[in-house]
Amino acid sequence: MIHVSHLSKIYQADSIKTIALNDVSFGVKKGEFVAIMGPSGSGKSTLMHIIGALDTPTNGQYLLDGEDVSKLSDDELASIRNRKIGFIFQAFNLLPRHSALQNVIIPMIYARISRKEREERAKKYLTMVGLADRMEYTSSQLSGGQQQRVAIARALVLNPSILLADEPTGNIASIQAKEIMDIFKKLNKEGHTIVMITHEPDIAKIAKRIIQLKDGKIISDMINHKKGAV
Amino acid sequence: MEYGEIILEAFRTMTLNKLRTGLAVLGIVIGIGSVIALISLGEATQSSIQNQIQSLGANLLTINPGAQRTGAVRGAAGGGTTLTLDDAIAIETSSQITTIQTVSPEFSNRTQVTTGANNTNTQVIGATPPYANVHKTTIESGNFISDRDVTEMTKVAVLGPTIVSDLFGEGTNPIGQTIRIKSQTLTIIGITASKGGTGFQNQDDIILVPLTTAQKQLFGTNYLTSIALEAKSQDVMTAAQNEVGYFLLARHKLSDPSQADFSIFSQQDIINTASAATETFTTLLAGIAAISLLVGGIGIMNIMLVTVTERTREIGLRKALGAKKRIIITQFLVEAIILTFTGGVIGMFLGIFTSYMISNAANIPFVVSPSAILLAILVSTGTGILFGWYPAREAARLQPIEALRYE
Repeated sequence: MIHVSHLSKIYQADSIKTIALNDVSFGVKKGEFVAIMGPSGSGKSTLMHIIGALDTPTNGQYLLDGEDVSKLSDDELASIRNRKIGFIFQAFNLLPRHSALQNVIIPMIYARISRKEREERAKKYLTMVGLADRMEYTSSQLSGGQQQRVAIARALVLNPSILLADEPTGNIASIQAKEIMDIFKKLNKEGHTIVMITHEPDIAKIAKRIIQLKDGKIISDMINHKKGAV
Repeated sequence: MEYGEIILEAFRTMTLNKLRTGLAVLGIVIGIGSVIALISLGEATQSSIQNQIQSLGANLLTINPGAQRTGAVRGAAGGGTTLTLDDAIAIETSSQITTIQTVSPEFSNRTQVTTGANNTNTQVIGATPPYANVHKTTIESGNFISDRDVTEMTKVAVLGPTIVSDLFGEGTNPIGQTIRIKSQTLTIIGITASKGGTGFQNQDDIILVPLTTAQKQLFGTNYLTSIALEAKSQDVMTAAQNEVGYFLLARHKLSDPSQADFSIFSQQDIINTASAATETFTTLLAGIAAISLLVGGIGIMNIMLVTVTERTREIGLRKALGAKKRIIITQFLVEAIILTFTGGVIGMFLGIFTSYMISNAANIPFVVSPSAILLAILVSTGTGILFGWYPAREAARLQPIEALRYE
């Protein structure tokens, strides 16, 4: 499903070169739940941006469902993000004045889905994340956990190939964080592929596989046999 | 279908951000409204001044006795006794004069006028029937001086509206009553319509009597103080001035213009002077309008740019969720167009309404200036659309992740 080989990303600011990713190669199969861990500055965010088609690598190849994403144009990347990737951000990134329902509808507008179906699907996914009674609320009227659940509904609504979560519980109180992780477990059981970035070992341990990054390189890639993993 | 969706989404975003939308519309309303009001008022004032000058008589030439000053030497010692009724008749009947339509010989003098307990000091003008035509004087009630009045030297008078209210009080009709001038009793036969003049050249503050009555019965003179001429058209004013000038020189047996014992003024000279003055005034107003346009434009620009932080994050998110650059730019362009259009229409009506109220209050004609409306709308919508679209385009070019991080 995801196949990256010899990926590197170099940021050039004035004369200073920063190597964010250095020859990274790995693959993710359908139905996997992968946590990418590492200290800040390890390149995990850069890796996530490239996997999320938010950014392109300096060198190397990235195949998503067999499609080479590394050389696509801006608009082609937008289309890939729309169809294949469901984002869940640390800061939720909901439009503040749009209702939960309208927020979930937005990606479907860009996918040109009919108005009637948009509404039906949005309601279905909001019900699934347990917000059936909060659909008309705006994000200021929702708790952090509820906002993240809206974001999960939004990520799922176009049935993407992978769910990409960047510190999904970083801004959420711990009780609500557990609820979010329970949703992730459930989604993975239903067959969704999840790639999650986190620096919290507690969160990472529910994943089936943990990749450790340091200084732009993979230092370990192992299957998680611990209790509590999905 | 797709553009319909983008427009709907633009509408939704705007209605959800009421404060931002309201402020942007307000900026545009004020920008457009003030410009339209100011320019319209300027044009109204200008046309009001032009009308007042025109009301003194269009295509008007005035012959006055006495020489034109050339250098320090006066051509001839006229002293107000060089023009006669015969001169006027000669101009009217001569076959050499082709450009003059109407001739109005006049004798005017300031004097005391009394009636019962009231008295006033005013301009008494001895006139003939053509006076009304030449000076564009119309009769409000009663009659004007007739040819019979002039030949029979009848003791009648036509009063200007200011005199009527000075001597008889506001809103009275004194026709048939009498006034006394130079111990002669004159019967009032008519009232002229108001011309709305003020000050020195007040055309409402005059008394008209038959020319012969003024010359023989009131002031005891054979001379005229002026001959007013109406040229056949605006185009022949200069030709008429020359024609009459040389005709009178020949009649007065003078060999060259430097000896002239009369002078000819054209109404056009006055109009030109006044036009120069009103042009200065209009330039001033245009300056004020330009400043308010600038202020309005900066207001629009500010409100559009101030929201750019929030909008940049929104753009980043929309891009991350799959919006293409073109869709983002279209949405923001649609928003800017709706904002400026709404603001423009409200501002236009506000500007027209304001200038209507002010022109009512200041008693000047109500003029709507289409060029002002066009200018104001072009500049304001231009600014609004430019500063709505440009930051959006810049943000749409950013990588979505950079736009999402934008603080």
